[in-house]
Amino acid sequence: MTTDTLTRLTPDTVTEADLTAFIYREARLLDELRYEDWLKLYTEDAHYWMPAEWQQTDPRLQASLMYEDMLLLRIRVERLAGARTFSQKPKSRAQHLLQAPQVDEMNPGANLFRTWTSFHYVETRGDEKEFFAGWAKHEIRVEEGALKIALKRVDLLNFDAPFGNIQLFM
Amino acid sequence: MSKYASNPDAIRALVRPEEVHRDVYTSPEVFRLEMRHLFANTWVYVGHASQIPEKGDYITTEIGDQPVLVVRHTDMSVHVLYNRCPHKGVKIASEACGNTGKFFRCPYHAWSFKTNGNLLAIPLKKGYENTGLENSEAVKGLAPVAHVKVYRDFIFARLNDAGESFEEFFGESLSSIDNMIDRSPEGKLVLEGAPLRYMHNCNWKMLVENQTDTCHPMVAHESSAGTAVSVWEKEQAKGGPKPMAVEVYAPFMAPYEFFEGMGIRVWPHGHGHTGVTTSIHADYSAVPGYFDQMVETYGEERARQILGENRHNTVYFPHIMVKGPIQTLRLFKPIAADKTLVESYTFRLVGAPDMLFERTLMYNRLINAPTSIVGHDDLEVYERAQKGLAADALEWVNVQRLYEPGEDHEETAIANGTSERQMRNQFAAWVHYMTLDMEEPARVEAAE
Repeated sequence: MTTDTLTRLTPDTVTEADLTAFIYREARLLDELRYEDWLKLYTEDAHYWMPAEWQQTDPRLQASLMYEDMLLLRIRVERLAGARTFSQKPKSRAQHLLQAPQVDEMNPGANLFRTWTSFHYVETRGDEKEFFAGWAKHEIRVEEGALKIALKRVDLLNFDAPFGNIQLFM
Repeated sequence: MSKYASNPDAIRALVRPEEVHRDVYTSPEVFRLEMRHLFANTWVYVGHASQIPEKGDYITTEIGDQPVLVVRHTDMSVHVLYNRCPHKGVKIASEACGNTGKFFRCPYHAWSFKTNGNLLAIPLKKGYENTGLENSEAVKGLAPVAHVKVYRDFIFARLNDAGESFEEFFGESLSSIDNMIDRSPEGKLVLEGAPLRYMHNCNWKMLVENQTDTCHPMVAHESSAGTAVSVWEKEQAKGGPKPMAVEVYAPFMAPYEFFEGMGIRVWPHGHGHTGVTTSIHADYSAVPGYFDQMVETYGEERARQILGENRHNTVYFPHIMVKGPIQTLRLFKPIAADKTLVESYTFRLVGAPDMLFERTLMYNRLINAPTSIVGHDDLEVYERAQKGLAADALEWVNVQRLYEPGEDHEETAIANGTSERQMRNQFAAWVHYMTLDMEEPARVEAAE
């Protein structure tokens, strides 16, 4: 993964293999609970979106489970480490199992790359373990020589089912 | 052996003026009796008319543990029917909502029913000739729920005959629903957006009590709202307006004095609300154009009056909460003594700018979703309470804050906003509606 810091990417030099490695790297940072590093993968105007409706098109005027900008994501990350965050005593852990990401769009002219990744996700806390399945869509740009996520959309298979707490990131 | 069934004295003994016995939260028997008595004797919210605008539209839900469907009949009237085929017991409709056309058709043997529940047809009917079918329960069609009331598009139903009329049961508390509707420049709400569904491993009453518990936000939500405020303060240096999300989160960190001052109002029959003089919803940024629309509809004085009413949480006993200023309704559906499904619904103010509905949806996902950090704080304490109540050393839960001897729960009253009077009000109503149709025990022989 050191190539990320050594290689200065431009939109024209991005390969499908770069995008795939980037998606895997994001999941690994989340599994290793390295949230500060994870946030650095996102652009300053990025959103993390988890729709609550089937084939949803609008994050603002349709219901979502999450539609968070960087401020809200930073609040979440800071909260997870808080001394009085009782819902993290004990702490949660997570594991991603990704299918090979598929590249849906390579558009260096617009500096826009889209991927689609089917996943299984497990979140555990104390004696409880919850299993989720779904699809992640990433919109990726090159910024300052590196790949960055501008939008991550997570569609859960059973988005309309009642869940208990989902405290970490898919 | 049953301890509480047909034993109203045992039920009454669970509630003291300033404390309640843990069995109200933990006993499976008490839960079953709540389903049979409490949820049958009260007016229970079952849905909103905007969910079933067309003939044949229906939604499925429960009254306590009783499966019902709410349907728009061909004459446009609203009917609430037990969701159970009178033939073999099959649920007639299984989806959350849909359109059945002119009739319901059971998927098992094709018995069909009009949308008012009346039997329409039975295939191969000659097989029932001379069997006396006409005298059976089966031939009467889908059983109707006895009492239905549609109040300004909010649909309520009551299973049993005992108890007050709708108007008497809710009384002045309907003013909170009125205020939510009146906030539309057209005086109309549409239920819009998928409900957020959140499973809680705790008793449903813990959630209802929490709605008027104003001494927990600055403690339980220090982790979420407190962090939101501190992260925003760091970001503020970058300039720019206060984001809508910070406007939503920050008031949860208001000090005790704020909540003391905002007041609590209690009404008879277990209803009540926080936020008499102000609330955590009072200081949201104005939405451009909205006030002018309101003035055009209502005139300036009335518009100011409607928008100046910033009630926080209104509890409609037994199990819904309405937020007029933010247009949400939360339904605390009892599943088991230690399991509750929370469904949080959103309404659009018809005719108002989209930004108001955007805020409603944002509020719902930031506060009421299973992915909500505020929700995480709350669920953590509910589940710890459900587990902690197993401790045999202590059997009573305290609801004594600002208790005044001789409180009369049959009257409307206003109290300090940190009072637990509304919790006591709910338990007084709980005892009443649990025991209203409970038979006295058979007289026991003195010799036993």
